[in-house]
Amino acid sequence: MTDEQSIADMPFEQAMKLLEEIVAKLERGDISLEDSIAAYERGELLKTRCEGLLKQAEARIEKIKLGADGKPVGATPLDIE
Amino acid sequence: MAESLPGNTPELTVSELASALKRTVEDRFGLVRVRGEISNYRGPHSSGHVYFSIKDQTARLDAVIWKGVFSRLRTKPEEGLEIIATGKITTFPGKSSYQIVIEAIEPAGVGALMALLDERRRRLAAEGLFDAGRKQLLPFLPRAIGVVTSPTGAVIRDILHRIRERFPRDVLVWPVRVQGETAAAEVAAAIQGFNALAADGRIRRPDVLIVARGGGSLEDLWAFNEEIVVRAAAASMIPLISAIGHETDTTLIDFAADLRAPTPTGAAEKVVPVRVDLVAQHAELGRRLASGQVRLMETRRTALRSLARVLPAPDALLGQRRQAVDAAGSDLHKDMRDFLARRRDRLNRLDSLLARHAPQAELQKARGRLNAATRDLLRQGATIASARAETLKKLDRSFGVAFRNRATRGREEIANGSERLVALHLRLAPALARLVASRRERLDGAARDLRRIATFGVERRNEALGMLDRRFATARANRVQRAREHIGNRRTALAALEMRLAPAAARFLVRRGDALAAQAQILSSLGYKNVLARGYALVRDEAGAPLRNAGVVAPGQRLRIEFVDGRIAVTADGEAAPARSPKAPVRAKGGGGQGSLF
Repeated sequence: MTDEQSIADMPFEQAMKLLEEIVAKLERGDISLEDSIAAYERGELLKTRCEGLLKQAEARIEKIKLGADGKPVGATPLDIE
Repeated sequence: MAESLPGNTPELTVSELASALKRTVEDRFGLVRVRGEISNYRGPHSSGHVYFSIKDQTARLDAVIWKGVFSRLRTKPEEGLEIIATGKITTFPGKSSYQIVIEAIEPAGVGALMALLDERRRRLAAEGLFDAGRKQLLPFLPRAIGVVTSPTGAVIRDILHRIRERFPRDVLVWPVRVQGETAAAEVAAAIQGFNALAADGRIRRPDVLIVARGGGSLEDLWAFNEEIVVRAAAASMIPLISAIGHETDTTLIDFAADLRAPTPTGAAEKVVPVRVDLVAQHAELGRRLASGQVRLMETRRTALRSLARVLPAPDALLGQRRQAVDAAGSDLHKDMRDFLARRRDRLNRLDSLLARHAPQAELQKARGRLNAATRDLLRQGATIASARAETLKKLDRSFGVAFRNRATRGREEIANGSERLVALHLRLAPALARLVASRRERLDGAARDLRRIATFGVERRNEALGMLDRRFATARANRVQRAREHIGNRRTALAALEMRLAPAAARFLVRRGDALAAQAQILSSLGYKNVLARGYALVRDEAGAPLRNAGVVAPGQRLRIEFVDGRIAVTADGEAAPARSPKAPVRAKGGGGQGSLF
């Protein structure tokens, strides 16, 4: 799995944590120039991933529909307002 | 009115009275709630009905629960449990007794319920259902949230509101009754149902569950204390948050849940992060990422510039080194000369050391030792020979004096001397050969050592050694020859001496013998033996002293008489006895004895 693919599937929390680590490393400056460029590019990918996850803010509210045997047979939108 | 005349009071049969009482009691106590402690409880009868008593300090009431009612009871009767029983009073005419037929039982008061709850909590805890090790971590940002609660009412509204406020997520509600007899079973089924959903099924499986109910009395929340609910929560593979009642309410599901939220709203806060916070945090991170990179480049650039500034000019770096090279160059010649001189000195020292150990020198030393040894050998040979000659001379000189005693020994000595000389001669050659061999061995050893010491010039040295060896062999042969000749000469001289010895001794003997004969002639003519020959005899005493007259002889004395031809022993009888013919043993007296010298 390449780095980009792993980032595309990465949970928000992990992506955020990696981004924080990269930022901290860049700010400390204990990184070679070449590594810093690679780290920056990776940081951009992680940022994009996090932004994507943050934009997925749609909220589908559904209610389980139960069959006669008590097993769920589907879901219907729940409107409680 | 104490009047009790039989005529005034209607007469009743027992059955009439009993049914009248039954009617009265059942009308009057059609539905009662009675509080007391369960006593004498033995579990359901084989018929399925249940019989026990309810009692307090002073009274006792028989109770019965019909089979159908018993199976529906939420609170089952337990021995000693304080209950409030709801039912109707009925009489039992056959036994003159009354009893309560119970429709419902509820635990009497909070204390009793709490005792029940505590007992159940301990039992489930002992099973390990509440262990901290079983707790699962909540996902940081779930994609879908499952909620088990009533689909109507404030609770679900609060939860959805708070989730939307923080971070809108998909929410799947599993509608259940949260109160009443079926509540516990429904809640447990909902938890199991969410867990049973396929991860990629038509209905999305939630990443986290919330089991929620609003506030209420202990009895209202009782469904969440039921064992079936607690076990379902503990077994859930999906992380589960419990949010039952208010913050002060505690139900058993709270112990089994992965996280306990104080309220339904609290559960919503635990289940999703605040989106705007994340966005802000994320924006900040993005900003720091960019600025960090820029600053990093900037600091590198600055560092490079300042380093470039302090980089010294090439001349300044090289000047000193160049000067040092020049100085070293001028010293080089002198140093080289000194170095060569030292090496030459050392070479000379080694050369002289080598010369001292040259093979010629070693051979010279060996030859010197060989010559000395040879000289010693010859000197010893000469000494021995002269000593022998001296001994012979001394023997010769002393011969006359000790002739008789030593003529034989002298001859023996001469013989021994000759033998030893021969032996010495025999030893001489091997000794010489051994000496030569050991010398040669040492010489060979020296040659081998020399060969090891210096491999160069080996052939030359071998040649010299060979030559020396040949010369040595020649010299040795000469020496041996000369020694042999010398010994031969000596032996010849000895033989001559020996040859002269016997005739000389014989002559000497003859001369002496003649002189002796002459003297013996004179002696015999003068001696008493001639008188004896003329027929006289010489008388001696026992000691051998001659007796000149008869007066000294005592009768019976032993005497010896010597005739010309021998001696006899006699005993004197007395004076002038007639002579008897001698018959005493005559022993020829060997005269002289000197004739046996040879």
